[in-house]
Amino acid sequence: MIEVKGLVKTYGAKRAVDGVSFAVKRGDILGFLGPNGAGKSTTMKMITGFLRPDAGSATVDGIDVTANPVAVKRRLGYLPESAPAYPEMTVEEFLSFIAEVRGFRADAAKRAQVDRAIGLTHLAPVRKQTIETLSKGFKQRVGFAQALLHDPPALVLDEPTDGLDPNQKNEVRSLIKNMAVEKAVILSTHILEEVDAICTRVIIISQGRVVVDETPAQLRARQPGARLDEIFRSLTRGDI
Amino acid sequence: MATILDQPPPAGFGNPPPSTPPSFSLMKQIGPVFKREFLGYFRSPVAYVFLIGFLVISVALAFSRYGGFFQAGIASMETYFIFYPWLFLFLVPAVGMRLWSEEKRSGTAELLFTLPVTTLEAVLGKFLAGWAFLSLGVLLSFPMACTIAYLGNPDWGVVVTTYLGAMLMAGGYLGVCSLMSALTKNQVISFVLSLLACAVLLFLGFSSFSDLLESWFSVGVSDALSNFSFITHFDAFTKGIVDPKDVVFFLSLIGFTLFLNVVALER
Repeated sequence: MIEVKGLVKTYGAKRAVDGVSFAVKRGDILGFLGPNGAGKSTTMKMITGFLRPDAGSATVDGIDVTANPVAVKRRLGYLPESAPAYPEMTVEEFLSFIAEVRGFRADAAKRAQVDRAIGLTHLAPVRKQTIETLSKGFKQRVGFAQALLHDPPALVLDEPTDGLDPNQKNEVRSLIKNMAVEKAVILSTHILEEVDAICTRVIIISQGRVVVDETPAQLRARQPGARLDEIFRSLTRGDI
Repeated sequence: MATILDQPPPAGFGNPPPSTPPSFSLMKQIGPVFKREFLGYFRSPVAYVFLIGFLVISVALAFSRYGGFFQAGIASMETYFIFYPWLFLFLVPAVGMRLWSEEKRSGTAELLFTLPVTTLEAVLGKFLAGWAFLSLGVLLSFPMACTIAYLGNPDWGVVVTTYLGAMLMAGGYLGVCSLMSALTKNQVISFVLSLLACAVLLFLGFSSFSDLLESWFSVGVSDALSNFSFITHFDAFTKGIVDPKDVVFFLSLIGFTLFLNVVALER
């Protein structure tokens, strides 16, 4: 579903992403791990067409994002880091705007999509509230609702559980897990337990390169008995 | 360990989305962007502060000794509109500075440009919303037109062309401001750059300024430069003349600045 080949992005003298390649099928939940600044967000921004890669390609459903960005964006749901949204709009207004841009113009269709997204992310109690008055957890859920409003075949989630309390984290994870049956999901995270909880595959990137691409079980088998964060640390030493 | 993970999924999962797949066509995306941006002015105090401020200042200037609305003794709106190029110099950058800077700063630019919207559609949608908002401000000065109609017998043709000119000029100013706003994520920098760029385009039309230009360049060049002024092209409208070359000037200024705007955002 999502295929990435040799992606490269350079900022000045620093190579943020240095030849990253991987593929995600439907039904996969890919956990994207790495220290801060390793190139996780930059890779995601290139897949979603926000940044133009310096080299390499990213395709979604066989469509190249550089060649046809709008077609790729139609098939993707994307939750950017820290879930940006227009603060002066209410949850309902914001999601209606997203629905319109996503092509649901008729009132009935628009309302159906918005209600569905609000139901999935449990936003009903705050639907008439402006986004600037929401707590971090609710804001994150608004970003999530926005990403899955059009029921996309592929989801790219940049730190979806960042800033949530343990209950909310659990809820978001269950949401992702339930959805992933028919979707391809990439999610980046700092939380290693998350990988165990929901991911079917793990990629660790360090200094812009993929250092691990395997299942969580294989990752654990690298150092039997060790905690995941110990394994993570030994693999990403170069970044420190 | 019993977690939420073990619970059945909430209702709605696995069901296909309730509507047919959406259809897309060229430029269809301008609508939602326009609507969100235009209503956005009214979702915050910006719109009310701006509209009231604009109307109070513009009317006060007309009635002041510098405007001389009553002293002129003519049923015309010239004393009202004569200040517009100056008011726009400060007020249009105030509207335009947020167009792109705010999206960049708050991160919503990333949201907007990962939605199925082309850069051109986003630029046009936001620009047209700002232009419509400014035009609304201009049109809300209609009580002035009612006043002159009550006091005398104005030439309605001139009134209409003046309004048309004012709206076109607002578009020209806003194009410049939108471009400057796309260059930075800082609204203050955006405001100052817009002010400077608009000031240059305004002053080019003044004789003292064109004298200075003539001392630097040949007469042909300085004449050509002063043709780029807002004042030169707005004046004709206030006299009831709709010269195609003035209309073309404002529209091509808008087109050119929006083109650069797209380039600036895509770089």
